[in-house]
Amino acid sequence: MAFWIASSPHNHSQADTSVLMRLVIYAVLPGIFAQWYFFGWGNIIHILLAVSTALFCEFIVLSLRNKKNIRKQLFDGSSILTAVLLGICLPAIAPWWISIIGAVFAIVVVKQLYGGLGHNPFNPAMAAYVMLLISFPVQMTSWQPPLALMTIDLDFANTLSVIFTDFTKEGYSVVQLRTNVDGFTMATPLDTVKTDIGLGLTVFESMEKSIFGENFAVGWEWINFAFLIGGLVLIAKKAIAWQTPLSFLLSLFVCSFIAYSISPDSSASTMFHWLTGGCMLGAFFILTDPVTGATSNKGRFIIGALAGLLVYLIRTFGGYPDGIAFAVLLCNMSAPLIDQYTRPRTYGHQTKDKEGEAK
Amino acid sequence: MESIIDRITQGKFWHFHGGIHPPEQKTITSDKPIKHLPLPEQLILPLQQHIGRQGDLIVNVGDKVLKGQALTQSSNPMAVPVHAPTSGTISAIKTSVIAHPSGLSELCLFIDVDGEDTWKTREICQDFTKLSQLEIISKIADAGIAGMGGAGFPTHIKVNAKPNIEFLIINAAECEPYITADDLLMCEQSEAIVDGIKILEQLLSPTAILIGIEDNKPQAIKALQQATQYSEKIKVCVLPTKYPTGGERQLIKILTGKEVNSGTLPVNSGIVVQNVATCFAISDAVINDIPLIRRVVTLTGKALSRPQNVWALLGTKVSYLLEQTGFVSEVIQAKSAPNSPLQNPPVIMGGPLMGFSILNEQVPIVKTSNCILAPSKIEMPSAFDNYSNEVECIRCGQCADVCPSQLLPQELQWSAKAKDHQQLMELNLFDCIDCGACAYVCPSQIPLVQYYRVAKAEIRQQQQLDIKSEKAKARFEARKLRLEQEKIARQEKHEKAAAARKAAMNKKSADGASPGSAVAAALARVKAKKAAESNNTVLPVASSETQSGDEQTEISPVQAAIARAKAKKLAKANSTQAPVATNETQTDDEQTEMSPVQAAIARAKAKRLAKANSAQAPVATNEQLVQKVPVANEVKAEQDGNKKQIEDNETKDNVIDDKKVRIAAAVAKAKAKAKKAQENKSTTEQNEISVEIKQDTTSEKEKNTITEAEEKKARIASAVAKAKAKAELKRMDKAQQASNSNNEEST
Repeated sequence: MAFWIASSPHNHSQADTSVLMRLVIYAVLPGIFAQWYFFGWGNIIHILLAVSTALFCEFIVLSLRNKKNIRKQLFDGSSILTAVLLGICLPAIAPWWISIIGAVFAIVVVKQLYGGLGHNPFNPAMAAYVMLLISFPVQMTSWQPPLALMTIDLDFANTLSVIFTDFTKEGYSVVQLRTNVDGFTMATPLDTVKTDIGLGLTVFESMEKSIFGENFAVGWEWINFAFLIGGLVLIAKKAIAWQTPLSFLLSLFVCSFIAYSISPDSSASTMFHWLTGGCMLGAFFILTDPVTGATSNKGRFIIGALAGLLVYLIRTFGGYPDGIAFAVLLCNMSAPLIDQYTRPRTYGHQTKDKEGEAK
Repeated sequence: MESIIDRITQGKFWHFHGGIHPPEQKTITSDKPIKHLPLPEQLILPLQQHIGRQGDLIVNVGDKVLKGQALTQSSNPMAVPVHAPTSGTISAIKTSVIAHPSGLSELCLFIDVDGEDTWKTREICQDFTKLSQLEIISKIADAGIAGMGGAGFPTHIKVNAKPNIEFLIINAAECEPYITADDLLMCEQSEAIVDGIKILEQLLSPTAILIGIEDNKPQAIKALQQATQYSEKIKVCVLPTKYPTGGERQLIKILTGKEVNSGTLPVNSGIVVQNVATCFAISDAVINDIPLIRRVVTLTGKALSRPQNVWALLGTKVSYLLEQTGFVSEVIQAKSAPNSPLQNPPVIMGGPLMGFSILNEQVPIVKTSNCILAPSKIEMPSAFDNYSNEVECIRCGQCADVCPSQLLPQELQWSAKAKDHQQLMELNLFDCIDCGACAYVCPSQIPLVQYYRVAKAEIRQQQQLDIKSEKAKARFEARKLRLEQEKIARQEKHEKAAAARKAAMNKKSADGASPGSAVAAALARVKAKKAAESNNTVLPVASSETQSGDEQTEISPVQAAIARAKAKKLAKANSTQAPVATNETQTDDEQTEMSPVQAAIARAKAKRLAKANSAQAPVATNEQLVQKVPVANEVKAEQDGNKKQIEDNETKDNVIDDKKVRIAAAVAKAKAKAKKAQENKSTTEQNEISVEIKQDTTSEKEKNTITEAEEKKARIASAVAKAKAKAELKRMDKAQQASNSNNEEST
């Protein structure tokens, strides 16, 4: 009798890329839920739009590339995750074609044209976000205020109507939706602070606005908190490396702390930086993307710290209120170089310094 | 140094990077004692069961062998002998499938077991402490012990006394899942193992002896602690369970905190690591004089109904062991359910992480086989996969996290796929220990270890080719140099020879003879003219052969010329027969000096020939049929010689001058002989001589290309010769009396 011949190791942990991806998707669910709670259906609609577009594009490209086993690759979760992350980032009442164009760009250009899963140098969701932000600045900055602060009731049907027709069923436009009771157009907390500082107000004065609520920012703080929970679950499950988020958050904390200590009037507090914008989403779900990040532990620390610094610099001195996407892309660019210089010392090989000493 | 011992006594150990915790599955077999099996009917012993070389056979087919009898002997330090595991008859010595990942076949001894299990005579050693180091090492070497942990390195080399051994580490970690062979051996034979350790201590005299054992073997730990309680030096170190703690370098790191430098052996760092089963084999060999003929093998996996550890004789076929433990072949299951795909089950020799699947059930147990694993499909689905589940690497870095050598498996994988050997070397591919931890955790299910194995093999092959081409290059360079030198040497030689000849010639001209070169030039001119004439008249001459005598007389000038040359030679032969043989150069000179005489003779001869041609040629064919051919040959040879002389002179080559002289001498000699023969008038003798001449001249002929013209000339010559032979016969009557006395003297 002949036996089946296979190469060692014969056993396998049964870990699977698709399982990993699915776990990450589950982990963003609390954040999506919080978003829904504070901002309504907008983001969920965008997520669904983006996911279907992404799957369609992925299927087309995989077919064009004559890949075998398309079904497996299509549902390995990577493209779905990309689309979900993109959908989360978009303004809730952005028009429908924003998420379509974003998803097409993310999957076709950023992911597949660079060789598909595992070969893309840039995070597809963030690259698509940046592309949209630069190409369609009006739509991409039409942030909707939290439901609690809105004068117009925005239910599911209305949201759908706004996304597809730019007007609610009652005929309110996007601009009208963003106007609060006092007749001011509301922006995101980060945007507000930035504008107010530019106007000569202190951060403290700015913070008195209704958008900031009782703590740091109505809704945003809870959304960030939900993403933090999801991220901690992922770390506990060892789905992501803990080094990147830790070093990112620490770096952002240190930067904002230094600034706040020097000039509390013109600098937002550390917790404000942590709990507004896309901070936690970026820390746990974007920066930890293994494909575009650094692979060594040292490299992960460096990437995280670099991203934290860049986010702070862009938020404080840059032209955009939030800088996660730009910071991530810049880190993606530097990742191969960082990997090159942070290779661990192999067992039995002395480091170059020690070798020098020995000589 | 002290601190290391202190730390160990406190139960603190170091860590190695990475490692994994696969399901241990050791309880399948760890609670059952080691079983003794009935003797199998046949044993297959591969001659080589270790790293190194195979020993030399000292038995033949048909020999009866006793248990423990050596079947091979080692003539090389890296060769380890094999022994008969039981008594029986050698039934065959042929190649058979061995325990090898590629299913290779090697030379094996087949023993038909007689069932009596008769021992050879043994010498039990009562007190090994009285043995000298050399005696112990030779006992270990003769017992054929090779590392039983997996690699099979010859033990006697490893324990050969080296100074400054700091640590003797006994590897009892047995970190691979499923395997419990060492565990149970320690439980049952702890005293013998400690004896083996003490023998090693005597050999190596280390500062400390550390037994590294994972904490998942409580009974073995207890047994060892009991057996070593009176020994100060031996320390049982209980280590946390993690794969691959049992890796040599990893164990050293855990126990001593030291790292063995890449590319060096642990012994260079003053550390010797021995497997616990090897220690048992050493004590068996040194104390009981039992060579390595059996070992504990774990038979495990869910495809076996009675998994257990057994004492297996080396050479036992896997099929026998599987039979004994109730192997449920899933092929049979598949056949009963026709819808499920038919698939052969895997049977793995070794553990699930580093073992290899064996080709068929004929594979025998060897010195390094510690486990036979027959998993079920539910238990180990990846072992059954006949297709790759590999997807793209997503650089998650889990492989790098678990790598015990702190390599970057994902980067190695890319470079291996790209065949970037230089980058692979930079990433320290050869520090990979094939432990399989990276492939075990890889979520993309990339068979990383397989990629590395292929890459390693390719690099080794490339290195060998490089060495080969380096050697070839060196050889080529050496040859070029040698040829160059030879050429220079040859040129020098030629120059010297030419100078010597020139000197000799000048000397002669000084003696009064005509200058050599002038003579040669004159000769050449004459010859060239002659050749031109003969060439020009080739066609008419050839046709004239068949025509009447009247026409033949018309072409007599040609014949006359030829005849003149002939006559010249003949005259020369007649006058200087004796000197020709001895003084070769002189003949040339004399030839020219005597040319007037010869010309006269030739003229006379030509006249006679013309007469003879007209009168006797038709008759010649009838009368002297026998003489015709040989004489023709003779003439042809002469002509060739002449022709060559002409050519030689034309080219004025110094070297060929020698040849000319030689040809002339040969021709002269032949003439002399021919003459003598003609005097005897024996046709048979003439035949022989002409053959001789032919032989003499063929060597010269071969060097020259015989042109068509020459051939034709030869034909003309044969016609001429016919006539000439007659003329000579006539002439002979006259000349005989004159030259008879001379000839007799020369012979």
